[in-house]
Amino acid sequence: MKFLVYVSDFIIPFIFFYIIGFGLFTKTNVYDEFIKGAKDGFKVVLDIMPTLIGLMLAIGILRASGALDLLSELIKPVTSFFKFPSQLVPVVIVKMFSSSAATSLVLDIYKQYGPDSQVGRMVSIIMSSTETIFYTMAVYFVAAGVKKTRYTLLGCLIATFTGVIASAILTNLMF
Amino acid sequence: MINYLWGFMIVIGITVGVLKGNIADVTNAAIDSPKEAVALCITMMGIMAMWTGIMQIAKKCGLVEAFTKRLGPFIAFLFPSIPKNHIVNEYIASNMIANILGLGWAATPMGLMAMKELKKLNHDSEVASCDMCTFLIVNISSLQLIPVNIIAYRSQYGSANPAEILGAGIIATLCSTVAGVLFSVIARKVSSH
Repeated sequence: MKFLVYVSDFIIPFIFFYIIGFGLFTKTNVYDEFIKGAKDGFKVVLDIMPTLIGLMLAIGILRASGALDLLSELIKPVTSFFKFPSQLVPVVIVKMFSSSAATSLVLDIYKQYGPDSQVGRMVSIIMSSTETIFYTMAVYFVAAGVKKTRYTLLGCLIATFTGVIASAILTNLMF
Repeated sequence: MINYLWGFMIVIGITVGVLKGNIADVTNAAIDSPKEAVALCITMMGIMAMWTGIMQIAKKCGLVEAFTKRLGPFIAFLFPSIPKNHIVNEYIASNMIANILGLGWAATPMGLMAMKELKKLNHDSEVASCDMCTFLIVNISSLQLIPVNIIAYRSQYGSANPAEILGAGIIATLCSTVAGVLFSVIARKVSSH
């Protein structure tokens, strides 16, 4: 499984080579387009900045007060049975409702244990392979005026838990 | 929803802080956390601008369009009841490609258009069609291949190799998507009997 770490080093350079190479091949003004696109990136970050400040404030207070440790201790008996780090349970649950709230919990884990720790890696992979279930469902179904969502939620939960389990197994195999 | 969540997080935090005698730490957290959020956003601006810049090249030179076209057979498999040349196929494909490439903000408008068309195909019913369920399940199963945000966060918090999780992330994403697709296909069969 070590080769997956090795492959990871190649992914971003490969994407650059492929896209810029293709751009040169089709005589696209690659530099001009890059500059144009980079501007959009600023806007994206500026849009989420107030949310991130608000949520990191709340998580910061929860962490400093000792409430987060209390919660981790409470659920430890259940999670240790499944050999799943108890600090990650709140992340998985919150991620279903709000991506930015989950992000602030993730950052808290990076701060506590470091991004290169086992939990740090596991939570990075979990965040890469799951989506905000309830938020996304609400946005799409409300916009379409649909009230009965049938088996959508069950399917989303199955997909999400598959992602979480796969992340936990992969972390233990790879690192 | 988020109003209560956020409000209670702070109220509970302060209460526990007082009870456990950590109130000085709570004050420091209130001052430091927003500062940290801004520092994080500055790191993220660089990485995000790098990504949207590269993706703009991909869009301009026709790569995104080519990927979208290649998704055709997969969409025909997932949504057997949508007429072949219907515009909704294009909306769904663009939404999925935008999600795969990590352009979430570009994906949502396309996804909403897809849902509106799917509703028309479903005779304006208030009950979700199988196509809608499949579309949302696959969407929410997470399609994004490169988690740009996570790389930015890892880098900000001092990871020696922020991108080392990419390979595992892609495999985990594939697992969740395959599970979502399988469930959708089975649920469609079961519910039509």
